[in-house]
Amino acid sequence: MRYIEPHAHMVSRVTDDYERMAIAGCEAVCEPAFWAGFDRSSAAGFYDYFRQLTEYEPKRAAKFGLKHFSWLCINPKEAEDVKLAEEVIALIPQFLDRPNVLGIGEIGLNKNSRNELKVLEMHVDLAARCHQLILVHTPHLEDKLKGTRLILDALKSDRRIRPERVIIDHVEEHTVELVLNAGFWAGMTLYPETKCSPARAVDILEIYGKERIWLNSACDWGVSDPLAVPKTALEMKKRGHRVAAIEKVVYQNPRKFLSQCPKFRV
Amino acid sequence: MTKQQVLNLYFLDARHKLIEVAAFLDRVERATGKNDFRLKAFCSALGELNGGRGKARRVLRAFSDPTTRPITRAEGKGAVGASSSRNG
Repeated sequence: MRYIEPHAHMVSRVTDDYERMAIAGCEAVCEPAFWAGFDRSSAAGFYDYFRQLTEYEPKRAAKFGLKHFSWLCINPKEAEDVKLAEEVIALIPQFLDRPNVLGIGEIGLNKNSRNELKVLEMHVDLAARCHQLILVHTPHLEDKLKGTRLILDALKSDRRIRPERVIIDHVEEHTVELVLNAGFWAGMTLYPETKCSPARAVDILEIYGKERIWLNSACDWGVSDPLAVPKTALEMKKRGHRVAAIEKVVYQNPRKFLSQCPKFRV
Repeated sequence: MTKQQVLNLYFLDARHKLIEVAAFLDRVERATGKNDFRLKAFCSALGELNGGRGKARRVLRAFSDPTTRPITRAEGKGAVGASSSRNG
């Protein structure tokens, strides 16, 4: 079955993963900017990273017939240093016209600090001024519920932001309703240990419906699975969901949201 | 799905995970030294299994930071899975 991987950190993955994803039916992969596992020492490190996301990775994906798109930002894990964040955010506009850039992301919060919130608001302002889509990371584990509420407050307080142009990612059972009820899109991340398992993700789809919601693997350098989306499609099939319903979640929904950026084509 | 279909698909997996939880609690009890807020949160979350529908949501909330204001400064990057604010 064809699918779109709307959130994957492919710079951390081996080339074999592109091949496995293509064989599994992936037609496009979207890569938000994120933390490298260590703090970069200067804005110049981000400049190189943005070049990697917009120049090198699309070529690597194309070898397997996969389209590659990216999102740009300074990740919340590096947002405690506001001066660095200001320097990185100043670099982003020169990349926004590149053919594979879809918007600003993954921005958000990590530990729910004042500086992280300030940097989130700076990113939201940039997205509003440049008419960009937004992809939001919600915090991990015990910080997720509080962080999701703070993020929703920040987004709703900026009247330029249209909820239908924002995806709030990594929702779980305790945050999905908050996000959907506020009119935003919701992303479910499928991780082997944290976030959602395929079974729980399908539970959430059965309880909250299949509108304004997508699945992603968010595969990176940690414990993660680049084939988590097709595995969840299989989970839906095992439960008797129709092919059209499965394709809506793994292909049509991400295509509908991402196509709000005219550069997104599959 | 019918209850029988759900049981057929998921019972063995859920049984396996429940035994893993039981063995984890035994392991902690056998170990020396002191507990911390994580075990208190874990046991509190177990209590949520007795209620009606919405168990997963309530368990996640039991592990969540109940405060509402941004913290002054992020001292680290990682999360540990339970809130010391709720269980300290």
